[in-house]
Amino acid sequence: MRVETTVPVRTEADIVVARRKGREAATPLNFSSTDLALITTAISELARNIVRYAGSGEIQLRASVNGDRPGITVIARDQGPGIANVAHAMRDGFSTSGSLGLGLPGVRRLMDEMEVVSVVGEGTTITVTKWAR
Amino acid sequence: MQVPILKQGTYLIAVVQPDLSDRDLVALRDALVERVGTHRSTGVIIDVTALDVMDSFASLTLSNLASMIRLRGARTVIVGIQPEIAFTMARLGLMLTGVTTALDLEEGLAYLGRSDPRSS
Repeated sequence: MRVETTVPVRTEADIVVARRKGREAATPLNFSSTDLALITTAISELARNIVRYAGSGEIQLRASVNGDRPGITVIARDQGPGIANVAHAMRDGFSTSGSLGLGLPGVRRLMDEMEVVSVVGEGTTITVTKWAR
Repeated sequence: MQVPILKQGTYLIAVVQPDLSDRDLVALRDALVERVGTHRSTGVIIDVTALDVMDSFASLTLSNLASMIRLRGARTVIVGIQPEIAFTMARLGLMLTGVTTALDLEEGLAYLGRSDPRSS
């Protein structure tokens, strides 16, 4: 059975909902408590990026399988301004001074896989996956 | 969800609950900075034992909170950072530099007691 949850993200209260749903989705997948903390933190950062830079969007949570290894995939989607230079945004230290977030490299460090698709003026979709051990 | 602030002697103790929003955290910071004056407190303890996420916003807000309390003339100790939270923070480089941390509430109170200028 495919488990899928979508959380609309518009306000900062939705950030809390997204990470709670993320924890609920990941808990049955045999993640360690450390991995749960990494996943929940990644969701928190992705949801905050949506609220801060795009205004609104959604976080989708999916159970994934790689062979017999379970995992969780988190898709953060928005119709915001988009990222002009994704390669640049993925570099450590890109986040301009004064910005609070960790930027994309921070999220990358928490998860196993990451894909960023962004079109200026249309929006951004960030897909991250963590595999259970 | 407001974080309750308890007064014990010359200390203020805030026990943070899980599912804390950005707004709750900012409200806690502002309330503590204010109440250090109204209660003439010398120390503040933030107990984050129950917190299941310490992301960049939470780290920065706690860091700023500790700086603001210091500027008000009191000290802050963050207590109860759990192993998996410490692991996540270290991986992200969120080091709470310049902020005093302690294992738990007991150690936090002991730290404030040792360094309290009014108790010696």
